[in-house]
Amino acid sequence: MSKRSLALRVGGAAGDGVSSTAESFAKISARSGLHTWTYSSYQSVIRGGHVWTQVRGGLDPLLSHGDDPDVVLCLNQQTMDVHQADVPEGGAIIYDVDSVKPDPTKIRKNVRLIGIALRKKAQTLSPNALMRNTVALGAAVQLFDMDFRHVESAFKDIWGDKKPEVAQQNLQAAKLGASAVVEMGGSLHLGLAYTNEAKYLMTGNEALCLGALAAGVKFLAQYPMTPASSILHWFASHGPKYGVVVKQVEDELSAMNMAVGAGFAGVRSMTATSGGGFSLMVEAIGQAGMTETPLVAVLVQRSGPSTGLPTKTEQGDLNLALGAGQGDWPRAILAPRHPEECFSLTAQAFNLAEIYQTPVIVISDLYLGEGFRTVEKLDFNVPIVRGMMAADGGTAKDFRRYQITESGVSPRALPGTKGFQFIGATDEHMENGELISDVLAGLPEFVEERRKMHEKRMRKLDGLRKDTPRPEIWGPKNADLTVILWGSTWGAAHEAILQVEEREGVKANTLEFPTIFPFHVEETLQLLRGVKQSLAVEGNYTGQFARLLRAETGYKPDHFYGRYDGEPFASRDIADKIVEVVA
Amino acid sequence: MKMEFEMDTYKSEIKPTWCPGCGDFAVLRALQTAIHALQLEPWNILIVSGIGCSSNLPHFLSTYGFHAIHGRALPVAEGAKLANPDLNVIVTGGDGDGYGIGVGHFIHAMRRNFDITYVVMNNQIYGLTTGQASPTSEKGMKTKSTPIEGVIENPIDPISLALASGATYVARTFSGDVKTMAELVKGGIEHKGFALIDCLSPCVTYNKVNTYDFFRERVYDLAKEGHDPTDMKAAFAKAMEWPAVQRERIPLGLFYRNKDLPTYEDLEISLRKGSPVRQSLGVEDPDELMAEFL
Repeated sequence: MSKRSLALRVGGAAGDGVSSTAESFAKISARSGLHTWTYSSYQSVIRGGHVWTQVRGGLDPLLSHGDDPDVVLCLNQQTMDVHQADVPEGGAIIYDVDSVKPDPTKIRKNVRLIGIALRKKAQTLSPNALMRNTVALGAAVQLFDMDFRHVESAFKDIWGDKKPEVAQQNLQAAKLGASAVVEMGGSLHLGLAYTNEAKYLMTGNEALCLGALAAGVKFLAQYPMTPASSILHWFASHGPKYGVVVKQVEDELSAMNMAVGAGFAGVRSMTATSGGGFSLMVEAIGQAGMTETPLVAVLVQRSGPSTGLPTKTEQGDLNLALGAGQGDWPRAILAPRHPEECFSLTAQAFNLAEIYQTPVIVISDLYLGEGFRTVEKLDFNVPIVRGMMAADGGTAKDFRRYQITESGVSPRALPGTKGFQFIGATDEHMENGELISDVLAGLPEFVEERRKMHEKRMRKLDGLRKDTPRPEIWGPKNADLTVILWGSTWGAAHEAILQVEEREGVKANTLEFPTIFPFHVEETLQLLRGVKQSLAVEGNYTGQFARLLRAETGYKPDHFYGRYDGEPFASRDIADKIVEVVA
Repeated sequence: MKMEFEMDTYKSEIKPTWCPGCGDFAVLRALQTAIHALQLEPWNILIVSGIGCSSNLPHFLSTYGFHAIHGRALPVAEGAKLANPDLNVIVTGGDGDGYGIGVGHFIHAMRRNFDITYVVMNNQIYGLTTGQASPTSEKGMKTKSTPIEGVIENPIDPISLALASGATYVARTFSGDVKTMAELVKGGIEHKGFALIDCLSPCVTYNKVNTYDFFRERVYDLAKEGHDPTDMKAAFAKAMEWPAVQRERIPLGLFYRNKDLPTYEDLEISLRKGSPVRQSLGVEDPDELMAEFL
């Protein structure tokens, strides 16, 4: 039987061109018609160290970046040392024969050693040998029998019309690598039938940006922080065309406060960061909750605590999102599982923020945010609902910005609207915005007023609960085990469940939560009734979601599998865990 | 001349909660006088403040207002201004709010030269938290938080800081002279660019050193001494007089003004399409956008 998927792992030191080589290959894979999925393991360093990226392509939709790569492309000795044992039978290792040495005792049988004079060949085209990774890329494309016109088009994308000669040189370099492979026995003959119908390829962060744009975002303020920075970069280059004001500001305090100001003034407004930056934003996001100002806050998690592992993934900031800001204020927390949801949930977040006039947090992670995935064509025709505006039918005379209503939502007025002036205050206030805090607090009438105002705000959670996506079961009914998960863990868990069914005949399914908060208690209890045994899988030590589940429903998952070493979940490991638990 | 908006139009129904004699009454009056003189439409003014006695000011006027968290009035105002540049955005607050907890934002807002007017009620003490040292408290001043030997830090000098940071309208006034204060605030609002008006606004309850009398004995008018506000070097020299060098003569008035520099809004690429708050939402060319990812 011929293979249905392939995987290439590119490794080297930072500065060797690992990510550009891998990104080019990901493009070539997507243009060959393969579903594509990448994972980059990199470090907090600009030059040196060890970085690698795995690109997996498949004829069928993928659920993870896969396990062992068919081909490892070594740009230095360390890559050989670290990865040579991972290549399975029938695979190959590409390396520079003049500077990298394989260790035959570590390499599995029937693995082809493709030692090419990468540097020397690159030097025939340009003296600085910059294109040695391109020579290697050409070799990989040849090993996988892919169509070389995709190499040409990928290079055209990178160097474009500005530097056609560079694109041409790189194509020549790639061809040198390909010829070397032909001389050394030709391709791996994996037998993948490429359709050569290009698929859309993007990162979770890019999909999130597109979702925000589709929803009509007009303001983004951000401070650079891995792994959220690519959101700032994408908007900085694309935002102006769509009238989006994009600002890199002095710190995350400013980013969140500017987003609040822009939301108050009436545009769809957002900020994005990772855990460290979000920690700085918590007072200001509470301010938005108190002043009933809409905004969307994106939290792309990385390994904590503190500076932690800046380039590694984790799901450890759920408690931070749930508890951000002093006091109680209504919030929604949405957790996309894949790029399509980065798009759709972000677009929905803007509607929820304006309908309920409160912040909505979209919580993602490095693995989802930075990894490339192929996606179906995104539908930009998303509904745009801007919520209750005082000027639509209301009169200035009767206008009370914080009017106590059954839904908790009050008529909103934007600065510039004649006659509807009011003060949005972070102190506790009355229906008209006047403060309760300084000379009225504690007077019996205002004890009551404060209680009513607080309840009004918190009632918005009822509406948010109704309007947010419900928890879902995926997989067979009457499963022996249910994997409980949220966010990017989705893919590896699905793949694991398919594996255990095929390998061991074990029937497992998942219970997953695109909405973290407000918690869908009734629906969850309903779904839990069919659960025989459960395993909570999440990327943190304490089981932050499992604890929330228990707090909201009283249900304690039977088993917990947490990962907090910086690496994403591998389907193999989840599968082993499922088998262990069921046995 | 018949004016469309009476002075009272700008007043809200809420009475100030400041102590009798507080310098902030004068600042409120000066601000109200300035926006009245300019006949600004109340609904096109947004006054943003932080936290502190002085930050309650927006409640006492009939404009739009945002009473933000401590120290963050400027970034809130910057976000609002970028979302709707047609608004007249004024920021009010105290020395603790702007020169202490919010000093980072203060510097960055000035270097951007936003078209925002920042009115700081500087009383050199923390009033609302009942009398601790502030970033502008004089060296040696005894306060609740410095009861034994007094403040040992040097005070922040907002005027020098503003000049160094790129503010294009820099003035200092005193609550003992509402008329001049109103003129300088009016000048700040009219100015296209970042205007800082540092108002020496005595706290009659917690600051027994920097009183009305203290200032009356020491202040002098820069204009009367022939200071040229277009000369940045001269402005720095005047700024350095107090509190850095001595405390006997305190210059008041317009230190510096530069009318020739573009504002942040002028330079912001996305504002060339007009006010973002008035733009249509969504994407008209999704296929073109998606093609980038193919």
